[in-house]
Amino acid sequence: MLDAIKQPWPWYVAGALIGLTVPYLLLVGNKTFGISSSLRHLCAACLPANIKFFKYDWKKEAWNLFFVGGIAVGALIAARFLSNPDPLVLAEPTAEYLASKGITDTSALQPAEIFSWSNLFTVRGLIFFIVGGFLVGFGTRYAGGCTSGHAIMGLSSLQWPSLVATCCFMVGGIVMTWFILPYLLTL
Amino acid sequence: MQNNVKRTPSAEALADLQAREQDAICVNESTLKHPWWYNLKYAAWGILFGIVFVKAEIVSWFRIQEMFRFESFHMYGVIGTAVVVGLISVLLIKRTRARTIYGEEIHIPKKEFNKGQVIGGLLFGLGWAITGACPGPLFAQMGAGFSVIIVTFISALAGTWFYGLLREKLPH
Repeated sequence: MLDAIKQPWPWYVAGALIGLTVPYLLLVGNKTFGISSSLRHLCAACLPANIKFFKYDWKKEAWNLFFVGGIAVGALIAARFLSNPDPLVLAEPTAEYLASKGITDTSALQPAEIFSWSNLFTVRGLIFFIVGGFLVGFGTRYAGGCTSGHAIMGLSSLQWPSLVATCCFMVGGIVMTWFILPYLLTL
Repeated sequence: MQNNVKRTPSAEALADLQAREQDAICVNESTLKHPWWYNLKYAAWGILFGIVFVKAEIVSWFRIQEMFRFESFHMYGVIGTAVVVGLISVLLIKRTRARTIYGEEIHIPKKEFNKGQVIGGLLFGLGWAITGACPGPLFAQMGAGFSVIIVTFISALAGTWFYGLLREKLPH
């Protein structure tokens, strides 16, 4: 049993459990699923700086912070006790492409060639940590949600602006992956 | 528990709700006052969520690369299944007029269209492909021990903060 759990979980198990978050949050407390708002609440809690956008009673949204705190704890449990001993199985063409860019270490969920402290003060670190993170935080708030708020919650409740946002997420990601990353990975 | 809970927010509370609802899908007003530990319900689901994130490898930069390169079905399967399950759940909740476990009427805020969903959406997409993470996986990556993601996370907070700062000047 434990061996089966340690293997990577199939998409339909993960998808179903993630989808069930929508009714769970609605039924236990009338909350709508969305994760990126937690970043806004953290800003409102730590550094509101008299900015109108952060002047609200963030404590009323504390549930969201408990939820993301739970995510970190759950990830810790999974990594500590349920982790897959084998390297990641990557689609053949993706593996070949990444190898051509010098990324070959698939022993962990993140490529060590990019996401390590030794890259922090390099151009690579600047792009992958600082610029990338900034775009995620700025973009999700500007769009009013991320993959959870728009793609899952928004589409589940048939809101067409969320469909627009989801399509734009995909377009942005595809442009980056196909036209910009091939260059960035050589830096 | 089928007791009706009347919503009679004060003008002040209403203004605060509107501020929180701005550019966020995830707010919902409740007139119930609960002690803090009621929030553990959300932490518990978050823990399950974090385990799923890691075990289905959704938090992996590699999986996001596969997705955007159209070389694996995995992430499309995850998101597609989640949407279908969510859709059916919302339909059932609406059809049965289900209430929360505290007897409140369930309310899903309506999302208004603005240019932010396009411009912000594109910007987030660019960042998603670089970092291999949306905000949820950022928390999971940190939890799973990828400590350098703390830098990405702080940068994401800075991005959110600067959006708040520049909000009035940006097209919406």
